[in-house]
This record gives sequence, structure tokens and C-alpha cells, in this order.
Amino acid sequence: MSRLIFLIPLLPLIGAIINGFWGKKLSKGLSGLIGCLAVGLSFGLAVYAFFHLKTHPEIETISYVYFDWIKAGKFSAPFSLLLDPLSSLFLLIITGVGFLIHIYSTGYMHDDEGFHKFFAYLNLFVFFMLLLVLGSNYLIMFVGWEGVGLCSYLLIGYWFKNIDYSSAAKKAFVMNRIGDLGFLLGVFLIYITFGSVSYGVVFEQAKSFTSDEGVITCIALLLFVGAVGKSAQLPLYTWLPDAMAGPTPVSALIHAATMVTAGIYMVARSNIIYTLSPTALSVVAVIGIATALFAAIIGLAQNDIKKVLAYSTVSQLGYMFLALGVGAYTSAVFHVATHAFFKALLFLAAGSVIHAMSGEQDIRKMGGLKKALPVTFWVFVIGTVAIAGIPPFAGFFSKDEILAHAFASNKIYWLFALIGSLITAFYMFRLLFLTFYGKFRGTHEQEHHLHESPKSMTIPLIVLAILSTIGGFMGLPEILGGSHALKQFLEPVFANSELNMLPHHISHSTEYILIGLTLLCLAVVIWVAYNQYVRKKDVPPADALIVSPVHKVVYNKFFIDELYANVITKPLNWLSEKTDKYFENGFIDGIVNFTGRSVVGGSRLMRLAQQGNVGFYVFAMVIGIILIFFFTSL
Amino acid sequence: MNIFQVIPLNHYIFLSALLFCIGVTGVLFRRNAIIIFMSIELMLNAVNLMLAAFSTYLADGAGQVFVFFIMVVAAAEVAVGLAILMMIYRNTNSTDINVLNKLKW
Amino acid sequence: MLTALLIFWPLVAGFLVLFSSNENARKTAFACAILELLIAAGAVFAFRQNPELLSLDRWWIQSFGISFNIAMDGISLLLVLLTVVLIPLIILSTFDHSYKNAAAFYALILFMEMALVGVFVAMDGFLFYIFWELALIPIYFICLLWGGKDRVRITFKFFLYTLVGSLFMLVGFIYLYLHTPGRSFNLADLYAAGASLSAVEQSWVFWSIFIAFAIKMPVFPFHTWQPATYAESPNAGTMLLAGIMLKMGLYGVIRWLIPVVPAGAAEWLDVIMVLCIIGVVYGSCLAIIQKDFRKLIAYSSIAHVGLIAAGIFTWNAQGLQGAMIQMVSHGINVVGLFFIADIITRRTNTRMIPELGGIRSVAPVFATLFMIVMLGAVALPFTNGFVGEFLLLTGVYQYHAVAAGFAGLTMILAAVYMFRSYQGVMLGETKSVTRAFADLNFNEKAVLIPIVIMVIVIGVYPKPILDISAPAVEKLVSIYQMAN
Repeated sequence: MSRLIFLIPLLPLIGAIINGFWGKKLSKGLSGLIGCLAVGLSFGLAVYAFFHLKTHPEIETISYVYFDWIKAGKFSAPFSLLLDPLSSLFLLIITGVGFLIHIYSTGYMHDDEGFHKFFAYLNLFVFFMLLLVLGSNYLIMFVGWEGVGLCSYLLIGYWFKNIDYSSAAKKAFVMNRIGDLGFLLGVFLIYITFGSVSYGVVFEQAKSFTSDEGVITCIALLLFVGAVGKSAQLPLYTWLPDAMAGPTPVSALIHAATMVTAGIYMVARSNIIYTLSPTALSVVAVIGIATALFAAIIGLAQNDIKKVLAYSTVSQLGYMFLALGVGAYTSAVFHVATHAFFKALLFLAAGSVIHAMSGEQDIRKMGGLKKALPVTFWVFVIGTVAIAGIPPFAGFFSKDEILAHAFASNKIYWLFALIGSLITAFYMFRLLFLTFYGKFRGTHEQEHHLHESPKSMTIPLIVLAILSTIGGFMGLPEILGGSHALKQFLEPVFANSELNMLPHHISHSTEYILIGLTLLCLAVVIWVAYNQYVRKKDVPPADALIVSPVHKVVYNKFFIDELYANVITKPLNWLSEKTDKYFENGFIDGIVNFTGRSVVGGSRLMRLAQQGNVGFYVFAMVIGIILIFFFTSL
Repeated sequence: MNIFQVIPLNHYIFLSALLFCIGVTGVLFRRNAIIIFMSIELMLNAVNLMLAAFSTYLADGAGQVFVFFIMVVAAAEVAVGLAILMMIYRNTNSTDINVLNKLKW
Repeated sequence: MLTALLIFWPLVAGFLVLFSSNENARKTAFACAILELLIAAGAVFAFRQNPELLSLDRWWIQSFGISFNIAMDGISLLLVLLTVVLIPLIILSTFDHSYKNAAAFYALILFMEMALVGVFVAMDGFLFYIFWELALIPIYFICLLWGGKDRVRITFKFFLYTLVGSLFMLVGFIYLYLHTPGRSFNLADLYAAGASLSAVEQSWVFWSIFIAFAIKMPVFPFHTWQPATYAESPNAGTMLLAGIMLKMGLYGVIRWLIPVVPAGAAEWLDVIMVLCIIGVVYGSCLAIIQKDFRKLIAYSSIAHVGLIAAGIFTWNAQGLQGAMIQMVSHGINVVGLFFIADIITRRTNTRMIPELGGIRSVAPVFATLFMIVMLGAVALPFTNGFVGEFLLLTGVYQYHAVAAGFAGLTMILAAVYMFRSYQGVMLGETKSVTRAFADLNFNEKAVLIPIVIMVIVIGVYPKPILDISAPAVEKLVSIYQMAN
């Protein structure tokens, strides 16, 4: 029975192979059906696995070794899969949200000529993502880790005729690779330290280490470098906003709901190692909170509907890392789940808007779409409310839990996290108001063309909206009369770590005050946004008209891309070019050629001795003979 | 006691060394090809003398066989060498070896 | 006997091809190469049963202790397999070219195959040297007679450079030979002779032999002959050079250098590692800025080889196994890449990346196959490149963590130069030279599809290959540990 876990990732792979090789011969309907079916069946299996685990709490993990993958000397990394509460939860998110997005894509991509190719890539992505969460050692995780990076590359650059899009794809891949190198070095250090890369062995042996040992901190930090790349944290986040070049379902699936949370999965999976290293945890927390705040600020000034959502994703991922950093692993995973619901919802709704606007993404040219797109409007409202953290929508519970844990751990974290969440609420409502309220600001043609999306797109939206509404109740906290079902479910994975990390629970009264305070601030922020964008009908200025220097800096994303280009890319190119010219061809090859020439030149000198005078030759001969006699008689 | 051994071996050695040195000097410092040629012959004969002397003193005939070899070779050499000299003279109207410096770089 | 057949069949086949007509030459050559492949398949079966079946030891020049001693262990077998698999593909890849004096061209390729197989199976120092130099002759003529514009100068430099290196190796071998008790060139006797030398002597012998291998691989800073030669050679020549011939150097280090003078190798380990790792970063950086696609592959090859060499010098099971599988993978990938470069050049008459673009929209099959070969080159998991690169880096990490960090930069830089060139060549809008780009024909598919299959199969299930070389590697590791 347990060996059948491989079917969960295998089905999407089969879908990818069918669509990839024979997709051209299939009709679009069949192609889409295969794509959806592959993920749908996989979702069914994931549900079965989930309930199997839930009804049999005594089985903590199910794992199966299929074959030796890489084996050399003492090193061995079998191809083996592992199912436990953590991976089963991720399976549900990936296949569930993935399935909805596949259905949505059949509508969204309907007119694209590469329809089958799109589904092949999407299925391949799901395959690698499932491998990532199902692997039972770090190397299989790395396979998924890089595989999703590849699919991300393929899908960001899906419209490959546009060279800017393919540049964005390349940038995403390269920046991910920077992180991957850190991850890989972490894996090496794990192998050197523990003699194995299997989770079971590593975590068992890690228990014998004391807190904050250098090796453990190194492992944790190196792995975290990988997470920083994949989950778009400071300083490697710049690829994610550019990744919006891909089709919108891709942004929803890969760059919001699943792939970018791989970093959180990895840290949560390695919770035993991280718990052993408070230093590494504080690094995680600081990077998380810094990213959350930084990306939220950039999000304030963006005018591209997808870019705003992209920065919001970066910011939300920052929250998840903050949760991990304070040791609240369950809260991080909780936020992954709720974020998957509402962010996928927001992206897909944005896709619906873009679809209706014939590809326009600039919110300055939208406005007043409420009437034309009623379903999209309402689901967008639900998404916005959920991300802003208004009860009882999903985002409230998970975000509040993170804030509470941050407060318990360090008041400064809490303060920054609160500010960040207020900024989030502001830019999300700004987006909502600018897009759906007021008057239409686009061209006449666009206005004429406005239409609600087809059923294949709205149904997934509605399902996601329902999930965003009620999703939070899986982690209903005790103070609100719940029992936190999620926490109980994940207990086998996190029990040891969280006990160590969260000793000081804050009292219920403090928690009520915090919730009240947060909600009060939120109300103020939303009112400000309403005042500015609905009552005053303020519209962001055109690029050229931005006067305030602060606004300019934020609008240009703090010039981080330009900074990287000028500090890393250009000097590297310059250096390489100069090296090629002067060192490679001038110096090294110069030496080689010099050796050759010096032989020629030396011969040219030596032959001058052959001056043709017979007397001289004879003289030289006699001298030579005398010398020979002299040296042989020594 | 052999008649040749009346003269001590040292005298033969000194004489032939002297002859050899004269030959070498002649080869080194004269520019006339014919004189150089004669100096070479002188050196050969110095060696011949030495071989003959040792052959007698050691009562070993092998040395005298060498002498005959050298004589034969020297005769052949004279035949070829003088022919070359004749050609040189016809071409350059001189037997000065310093004129013969065409064979250089 | 099978091993001897593997060596001499290509020789016979070469003469067959040489005396066939120019029109039939390529087909004859291909058939002969396939037959060689079948013989090698037989050798694999024999190897499974008993590796002793593959060895042959006869006196050749008895008075000098030189014997015709050939044998195959896992390491030799893998490289022989690489050779006999790639040669038919290389021959097939030339089917769309028409060469002058085709008979001579294909005969030279087969002669080359003989010498390469000989290098990998020779177990006698003198025999090894003979085959080593023999391999240089056909490739010299291939490059000289069928190469590009600047071929005479560049081929001459390549020939002289590698020849000079080889002579140092000969000196080293003779020195060892003079220290063997019974005056013999036998591998085992040379190992014993090497071990009996003092550390200083070993260092000298180490460098004299290493120079030859370093030039052949090539390791930084002995690499400058390579990019120009790769760019100017005819495509089949470049494939032979990059796909197989550079493995001679790496193989030499494994068989004829480190076990021979273990103390010398240990003495200079740090210096060599630094050179190798500089090569990795340096090659990658220069690859980034190349505009000529073939030169780009050439520099990437320097980077890959630097990593393989670094893995070998760490001399642990991971590094060596990684080196073995990466030699195979690199051979496959680089032949694929050069073939892709050839296809592009043949259709557009340019190999400058900035002049190309947009091919993906007119040749989707080609784009897909190119993508997969490229992923192999950037070592994505589940492609062949990853298995090797991962094991190599594991090996290097055990030598020093920082070394692995720098060597690991190849992951990032490879992504930069490969994806940049893919973007430049394949993506974007079509340009005037690429507008009429035809998708692959049957011959081209017949070359690229096997390569792509190997890329993926070796990546997903590398066990058979790792298993072949594992016992031999274990043995080598233990020899070294005993010596030091």
C-alpha cells in the first residue's frame, strides 16, 4: 500500500508527458482534460492519504524506498518518498489549489496556440512540486527544488517571442540558482556531519547536538540561503515581481500558492535543526520581517495589478519566515495554507480582470469594473479582506497567530509586523478601489469589450473565495473557542521543536487587547484608503509626473534592480571581457606564444655562430676537444 | 732487446706530442688551405709514430695494423682533399680559407 | 581477446573505409562503428561474468620489458563505452556535410577510435604512450585538412603544445622505468617503482607526467590552445576532441598519475586544486561573454573539466565516482551541444549569438532537444549532468568547504551562460538569418534523440554506470590510502 505514494507525483508527470509529446495531435478540450484530470486524480489520492493519516494517528509517517538513485562509497541517496502530516498538508494545497488553477487555465489560455504545451509545463511543475514535498531525503527535495525552478523558467518565459519575458525567466532561474548553491552546500555539510541525507537519520542524530553548535548553525543558514532564493526574500527577491511576465494562472500557482512556499516547507521540515540554532532562527526572523516590511512599502506605489500582488506575496512570505524565526512552525504552515487560498484567488481574479481588459494590467487605466465583472469583484473583495486580516476571513486567523507569537518572542518584531500588515491592508484596498470603483479610465474599445469571464474561470474563483472565507477555521485558536485542529494534526512533526521554542505563552487578556488594537488600526487604514481613492477619486500620476523624490524611489522599487545590475552584473561582464582580452589572450596565451617564439628567436641567435669561416670552425673544434678531454679527466 | 728500444719510450712520446702540437698550431693559425692540409697530415703522422712506438714496446702488432689503416685513410683523404682544393683554387684563384665563408646563416 | 578486437577492428575498418569510394565512405564507416559498438556490448557481458576475460598480456619488446598488456576494469570499460557510443553518433552527425576526400576523413575517425580505445585499455606504460601519441595524428590531420580559415596556425599550435607535454610524460615514465627492479613498463611495476621513490623525486615525476595530462584536459592555465582549436576544427573533429580526447587526460590522472606517485600528488594537492577551481570559475566567466557559440561551449568545457579534475584529485569515492560519471555525461552533452552549434551554423552561416534569435518559433523540436541537452549541461537534477556534478562537489567538499563553495559557482555561472545563449539563439522574434530555419531532419534527429535519451536516463537511473566503475574506484582509493 505504502509504495503507491509514488502515484501522487506520477500522475501529473504522465499528464505532462502526454501533453508534451502528443499534445499537438490532441484537441484543446482533450489536452485540457488530461491536464486537469492528472492533477485532479492526484488530488483525490492526496485527500485519501490525508484522511488515512488523520484517522490513523498512530501511523506517523509512511515511507517507501524505490531504488538507489545516487550511491558512491558511503554516500547513498535512495529515491524514496515519505508521507507525514506536514507533507500531506502540502500535498492537499498543491494538488487542490493546483487543480482549481488548471481548470481556470482551460478558460484563461483558451485562445493560446501553445495550449497543450502550457498544460504540459503546468503538470510538470506539479510533478516536481509534489516530489519536493514528498521526498524523504534532502536530495530528492533538491530535485523537486530545482525542477520547480525549471518549470518556473519555462512558464515565466512562456511567451518566448518577447525577449523581456525570457529575460525575466532567466533572471528567476539564475537568482534561484544562487540560493540553490547555498542549499546544496547545506546538503553537503549535512552529509559530512550526519553521514546521511535522509530526514530520519539526520533528525535522529541531530538530537545529540547541543543548542547553537557551529555546525548546526552553518547547516541551518546554508539551507536558509536556498529558502531565500526560492521564497524570494531579501536580498534575492527581485526575480519574483519580474516573474509576473508569465501567464496569470502561472503567477497564481507557482509564484503565489506553491513554489515560493517551498522555502517555508524546507525550514519547517528541518525544524529540528533550526530549533537547535537560535542564531539561525533569529536570522530567519530578521530577514522575514525586513522583507515583509520592505516589499509592503514597494507595493504601496506600484500601478501594475500583478506587480502589487507580487510584492504582496513577497511580503506575506516574509511573515511566514517571521513565524518560522520565532519558532511558530505551525503558524507558518497555517499561513502558507490560507495564503495559498487568498493569494491564488487574488491572482486569478486579477487574471479575470486582465482577461476582460484585453491584456491591460495598469490600474490607472481601470476603474469602475464593479458592474461589468460582478463575480470577479466580489471574489476580489473577499480576497482583499482575507489578506488584510479582517475576521472571520482566513487571513485573520493565521496572521493574528503570527503576530501573537511575534509579540511573545520580541516586541520589536511585533511592532514591525503590525506596521507591515497595516501597509498591506492599505495597498490592497487601494488596488481594490482603483480597479473596481470610480469611473472607467481605459480606452473606448476596452470599455466596449468588458465582459465577465466564462464559467471555467469563475467557478474556481468561487471555490477559492469560499476557502478564503472559511479556511481560517482549521486553525481556530483556543481563545476564540477553537481547538486548533491544524496544530493537533501537525503535532507529530513539530512537537519537540515547538515545546522548546514557545515556552512563554502570553495571557488571554493580552491577546484580546492585541487583536482589538490590530483591528482598530486596520479600520483606520481602510478608511484612509477609502477616503483617498473612492471619495477623493485620487488616481496615481503617470510615470513622468511623479515629483516627490520619496515617491519616485519607492515607485522604482528602491532602485534595487539597478543596484544589482551596476554592482554585480556589469562589473562581472566588464571584468570577464577585460580578462578575455588582456589576461587570457594577452598574458596566458602570450606566455605560450612567447615560448614558441623564444625557440625561434633563440635559434636565430644561435645560427649567427655559423659565420662560415673555416678557421673559426676548426678553432671551435679544437677548443671543444680540449674541453672534452678536460672534463672527462676530472 | 729490439733495436727500436734503444731510444727510450719517453722520447717517442715527446716527439710525437711535439709534432702533434705543431700540426694543431698549423691548422689553427695558417690560412692557406694547403698548409692546413699538410698540418693535418703531420698530426696523423704524429699519431702513427706513437702507435708504432707503443706497438713495439708492448710487443703487440695491433698498433702497427692501425698505422696501416691510418695511412690508407690518409691517402684516400689526400686524394679527395686535394681534388677539393683544386676546385677551390679554380673557383676563387686562391687557397685562402677565409674566402670560403659562403656556408653561413 | 575481445579487448584486442576492440582495438584492432577500427584499424581494419579504417583501411576498409580508406579504400572504399568517397560516396560510400560514410555509410561504411558508420556500419563499422556500429559493429565496434556491438563488440563493446559483448565486452560488457564478458565483464559482467569475469573481468579477467578482457585482459591480454603478451611480450612485445621483451628485451626492454615492454609488453602488449591490455585489460579492462570498470574505469576503462566506461570510457571505452563512451568512445564506441559517441563515434557512431559523430559519424552520423556528419551525414549532412559533404567533405572532400571523404574516405580519408572517415578513415581517420576510425583510426582515432583505435587509438582512443587503446589509450583506455593499455596497462603497460610504453603501450599507453604509443596509443596516446597515436591519437594525436588522426585528429591533427582532421583539423588541418578539413578545418576553418585559420586552421594551419591553430592546428600547429595545438599539435606542438600537446606533443611537448607528452614528451615530459615520456621522460617521467622512463625515469620510473629505470627504477623498476626488473626493468619493466608494466603498470604494477611502475606503481611499485613510484612508491619506492622519495617524496622529492615523486614530486618531479608528478609534474613531468601531470603537464602532459593538464595540457590534454586542459586545466587552467594550460588551456589556451583549446578554444581556438574547437572553433576552427571541423565539427566532427571538435566532437572527438571535446567528447572523448580530453577524457584521455582525466583518465591518465586516474590511472597513470596519482596511483603512480601518490606522495608527489599529495604534496602538490593544494596547488592543483587551486588551479582546477580557478579553471572552473575562469572558464565559466569567459564563457559568459563569448559571442561565438562554439567558443562558449569550449570555455564551458574548461569549467566542467576543471571540476572533474578537482574531483579526481580529492581521491575519495564520491569525487572519483563523480568524475567517472561526469566524464561520460560531459562527453554526451558536449557532443550534443557542438552538434547543435553545427546545425545552427549550417543553416544560418553564422555562429555568432547576437546575429541569431527566434529559432524556437520556427523549429520547436529542435528547441526542445536543445533545451534538454542544455539542462544536462547546467546540471539540473534528473539529467546526467547533475549526478556527476553533485558527486564531484561532494568529493570537493570533503577536501575543503570553501573549495566546494567556489567550485559550486559553476552552478550559477553555467545557468547564466547557457540560458543567456539559449535566449540569444532560440528566443525572441525571428531575424533575417533564422526566418527560414528548417526543423530537424531525420539524420539530425537520429543523433540528437539518442543523446537526449541518454541525458535523461543517466540522470534518473545512474546506478548501472555507477556500478560498473564502483569496484575499480574502491580499489584505487585503497591503494592511495595505503601509500600515504
